[in-house]
Amino acid sequence: MGDVRFAKLVVFVNSLIPLVLLLWDLYRKRVGPNPLEFATRTTGMLTLIFLSLTVAVTPLRKIFGINSLVKVRRMLGLFAFFYGTLHLLTYIWFDRLFNLFSVGQDVVRRPFILAGMTAFILMVPLAITSTNKMVKRLGGKSWATLHRLVYLAAIAGVVHFWMLVKADVRLPLTFAFIVVFLLGYRLLAKYTPAQQPNANLFPRD
Amino acid sequence: MVEKSEKVTEKEVYLNRRRFIQAAVMAGTATASTLLYRRLNPPPAQRVEGDKLQEVAKATTDEAVKEGIAVKDKLTPLDAITNYNNFYEFDTSKSGVAYAAKGFVTRPWAVSVEGLVNKPKVFDLDELLKLRLEQRIYRLRCVEGWSMVIPWVGFPLRTLLDKVEPGSQARYVAFQTLLDPNRMPNQRTGVLDWPYVEGLRLDEAMHPLTIMATGMYDETLPPQDGAPIRLVVPWKYGFKSIKSVVKITLVADEPPTTWNIQAPDEYGFYSNVNPNVPHPRWSQATERRIGEYGRRDTLLFNGYGEQVADLYRGMDLVKYF
Repeated sequence: MGDVRFAKLVVFVNSLIPLVLLLWDLYRKRVGPNPLEFATRTTGMLTLIFLSLTVAVTPLRKIFGINSLVKVRRMLGLFAFFYGTLHLLTYIWFDRLFNLFSVGQDVVRRPFILAGMTAFILMVPLAITSTNKMVKRLGGKSWATLHRLVYLAAIAGVVHFWMLVKADVRLPLTFAFIVVFLLGYRLLAKYTPAQQPNANLFPRD
Repeated sequence: MVEKSEKVTEKEVYLNRRRFIQAAVMAGTATASTLLYRRLNPPPAQRVEGDKLQEVAKATTDEAVKEGIAVKDKLTPLDAITNYNNFYEFDTSKSGVAYAAKGFVTRPWAVSVEGLVNKPKVFDLDELLKLRLEQRIYRLRCVEGWSMVIPWVGFPLRTLLDKVEPGSQARYVAFQTLLDPNRMPNQRTGVLDWPYVEGLRLDEAMHPLTIMATGMYDETLPPQDGAPIRLVVPWKYGFKSIKSVVKITLVADEPPTTWNIQAPDEYGFYSNVNPNVPHPRWSQATERRIGEYGRRDTLLFNGYGEQVADLYRGMDLVKYF
């Protein structure tokens, strides 16, 4: 359907806008005295935003009944991985100068780096198995099970953000609320009987 | 009442309309995304224009370097020093402070020096600016792992303390930042316990490297860097160097300090720069010098060991972090 293709195009273009603006700002040196920190922080934030958007698809579908949202979920997830990769790359490149030994040391020494690395590693198998072919090869059910790893990735990402903040936790807290809500919704949906929608809203008699 | 049209829209018209709507949707969302990104971005860098400070004594000789009052490292540009600040009274984002602190009124201003002293006194800022001002080129190491080299202008804290004559009971010095949510808007939030307070041991306060800064780069301090007067203790993490000071009290016991109240296991009273004592959540072994790629090794006492290590002889620096 043309509509789906168009919707995907809209999501694709909008998802790339932050990257284009970030590169433009970096090129014009409009990113403050610590451009490396700025690029790292921005790509990290974008990763969390796209992870949240990905995890938001199912609740949004169920609450508002917009089933077609599922058609752009893969793209959102892949953008989370894309920005996560850029985030990791800025750190390995500018912070560690591609010294992988030093990266390893850092993972062990700094708990928040460990949390971030965990989030990234959890996303890798999801990106690899994101193709239609892979869904078929794994079988829908085990594919879906595997892709629940995205919940853990989102949690690890928020923990990573939370741990690096000194005192003002408002932003990490916001992400934590969003992720807890989105994951909590799934738990609730799973453990509340769904056979009679709205059955409990109006007591009988 | 809606009348149902019998006429079927022609295919071409339909397609045109469709394309038009699609273009509008694309342009609209792209604009919205751009605006959202820009909104989440920090405000643009601010340029500062301070007043020129007259007659600043300067020494950058090898002798001065040996005494620690100057370093040979490349100076951090003024533009960076004034747009990358931790000053939670204004904003918790380093790039947001300059904008939020714009127009901060620092006149009239007085510093009260009191407590266990023989001659307590309220000093007017103008009186302090008449003291012999000297340049001090110091490294500044933030507890977050970045550093700068700043040409401060100020006078030794000792000069001020000598004027009030500390009593024999005085063993510590407590400092306090201005408390005024109207001028420091972020004091309306509970991010930290206000007012910001800091403290030093008396011998640390009397050390020749400890200064009260009233300027940098030969000009008066801009608001975002602690105008009009702030403490600078170069061998301790930056948060010890309290900004916009209004009160200095000499006391007998170790005074409370803001970051220690906030997280006692993360920020100690001493907070000497020490690459061997990691912050519980990150290593302090290296730092990023603003303007440089990669990281450089952090030095014990921020490189001022020769001048200050004696203050801590026999002390367990891990226990008293």
